[in-house]
Amino acid sequence: MDTLVTQIFNGLSVGSILLLAALGLALTFGQMGVINMAHGEFIMAGAYTAFVVQQALGAAGLSLLVSLPLAFAVGGLLGVVLEATLLRRMYHRPLDTLLVTWGVSLVLQQLARDVFGTAGVDVPSPAWLSGPVEILGFTFSRSRMFILLLAVAAVTTVVLALRYTSLGRRIRATVQNRQLAESSGISTRRTDMLTFFIGSGLAGVAGVALTLMGSISPNLGTSYIVDAFLVVIVGGLGQLRGAIIAAFALGVAQSWLEYSTTASIAKVLVLAAVVAFLQFRPQGIFRLRTRSLV
Amino acid sequence: MVGSGAQRMRRALAGLAVLSLSLGIAGCGARVDDAGGSGDTAASCVDTSGDSVKVGLLNSRSGTMAISENTVYNSLALAAEQINADGGVLGKQLEIVAEDGASEPTVFAEKAQKLIQSDCVAAVFGGWTSSSRKAMLPVFESNDALLFYPVQYEGLESSENIFYSGATTNQQIIPALDYLKEQGATSLFLVGSDYVFPQTANKIIKAYAEDAGIEILGEEYAPLGHTDFSTITAKVRDAGADAVFNTLNGDSNVAFFKEYRALGLTAETMPVMSVSIAEEEVGGIGVDNIVGQPVAWNYYQTIDTPENQKFVADFKARYGDDKVTSDPMEAAYTSMFLWKAMVEKADSFAVPDVQAAADSVSFDAPEGTVTVNGDNHHLAKTSLVGKIGPDGLIYTEWSSGEPIEPDPYLESYPWASGLTG
Repeated sequence: MDTLVTQIFNGLSVGSILLLAALGLALTFGQMGVINMAHGEFIMAGAYTAFVVQQALGAAGLSLLVSLPLAFAVGGLLGVVLEATLLRRMYHRPLDTLLVTWGVSLVLQQLARDVFGTAGVDVPSPAWLSGPVEILGFTFSRSRMFILLLAVAAVTTVVLALRYTSLGRRIRATVQNRQLAESSGISTRRTDMLTFFIGSGLAGVAGVALTLMGSISPNLGTSYIVDAFLVVIVGGLGQLRGAIIAAFALGVAQSWLEYSTTASIAKVLVLAAVVAFLQFRPQGIFRLRTRSLV
Repeated sequence: MVGSGAQRMRRALAGLAVLSLSLGIAGCGARVDDAGGSGDTAASCVDTSGDSVKVGLLNSRSGTMAISENTVYNSLALAAEQINADGGVLGKQLEIVAEDGASEPTVFAEKAQKLIQSDCVAAVFGGWTSSSRKAMLPVFESNDALLFYPVQYEGLESSENIFYSGATTNQQIIPALDYLKEQGATSLFLVGSDYVFPQTANKIIKAYAEDAGIEILGEEYAPLGHTDFSTITAKVRDAGADAVFNTLNGDSNVAFFKEYRALGLTAETMPVMSVSIAEEEVGGIGVDNIVGQPVAWNYYQTIDTPENQKFVADFKARYGDDKVTSDPMEAAYTSMFLWKAMVEKADSFAVPDVQAAADSVSFDAPEGTVTVNGDNHHLAKTSLVGKIGPDGLIYTEWSSGEPIEPDPYLESYPWASGLTG
């Protein structure tokens, strides 16, 4: 029973981390169709933002809360710069986009090495997030609890924004039918930029969350980029609910398989399952043509 | 290029697949043979006629290992500068030829070939991962050249053409186990990265444990670069061993220790003995997450000898006050002075002369006096177990007291007979 509860929690937690890393990508890749290999480096930028903020403010609790919006802005600005300088010139050349953004990711990694050094840095967790918390006799990690809540909050915000705000309506209109949206007076250029800002900003938020879990080094992004793409592809392009289901399904599967086998075998099995799944449903869990976004 | 969105996407995804496939192939590298298998033992082209002699530094300056190998490069460069300031080797100034191993074993083999055959260096210093060493070994043997390898490793190797200045297993892992046993540990949990060093180390640990009556309650491997340790730490906690033996490598350590602490496990409740965490790594893991945990090495920055105080002061003066010194850095620094001593004893830069002169050459290194074993080309060195202090430095807790003779094949340990046979 203990194991069951612990592993379900761990699975949800792994899923929430995947979801945070993939949520921004679900917008930029899923909705706009831009393959952004530098998404992982936006996550890294968010993590280093948390580091810089903590160096400046000192207090761990306050700086975590300040870091979240700031990292959103930093990730978002990086995204907008990338979009405005490079990506807008190649919306119809996805292969070139792939190579260009991969190059950008290498440049950003080297930049981080030059600025922050090759060795990893540490962002101490605030006291209220370190150690375990006991609920109904089961012990859970406080930081994982926080990330789970943060992921739920981020997803809810994005879903509500897409559904109820005018920006959300413009984004959905542009994705569903660009020409029609344009002729209805929507500036698709502006919409693209804003979507990219939000998607990249979410990567920054994911970066802050990851400082609670693992290493903050220039390679941080490369550890998550493949999993993030996996979540979006399994979930189905143009779909947020697909990505949500895919993230938690992959997380729970990974944790369960890892508990009964080993970490390496679990990875192999999960990937094999994904490959098999995509054979039957190449479009992912939800198909693009459902005409609904959230 | 006109196409529907779906078509474009499919093409792009195919491109993604091709890209990752080609990266994978580059990573697997089947080209070691080209670099090392030619078998020509052309006469050395080392030029010692002038007033300088070339030495090669081969470290990963880029890629995932750069984080560690840059520090080794720095201490090698410092050693060369000091040797030059002191009059050089046999009156000749050292001229450094630096190459980037790029964290790829195949690149290490190619660059080693280049250093030996095109640059005609007298000796090469560098390498970190066991796979980089294994890739370079045939190159050095077929060219009859010299490599000085500065990192502790899994043992079970000795080449005429390599000098190993880091610890072999009986100078690090076995003393660490002795220490845990002395502390009263009767059960262990093994956690490691999924590659050659942890797997071999754990085989040795299991053989030792069987002989010493220590129970192994679990053995878990995480893929290199694994970032989520929730399940592995849950298994560790549930098993409830007296101590954990950790052979994780790289960034995985950060995720592991953060998770470990988040579950409320500490150095007091369940100590984690690590063999790949040195001063350099503690900062990235976060002192709070690892304070009080034991680590096994042969050198700590806090060693209180005049040689070490000078080394630390020189290193900080050269590279900055915030820099720390660690075991592999010290072993690399020491290896260049050992090569100098061997060359001066042989009165020759020629490889056969240096090899012949190597036995019992010793050097008062920052870690204490080390002596070359002419048979297996390892060093006799003192083993230490230290604890990580609140300032992030490591303080000696236990010492073997005197240098331990290297025994890479563990021939002097009866319980290990099944491992090497």
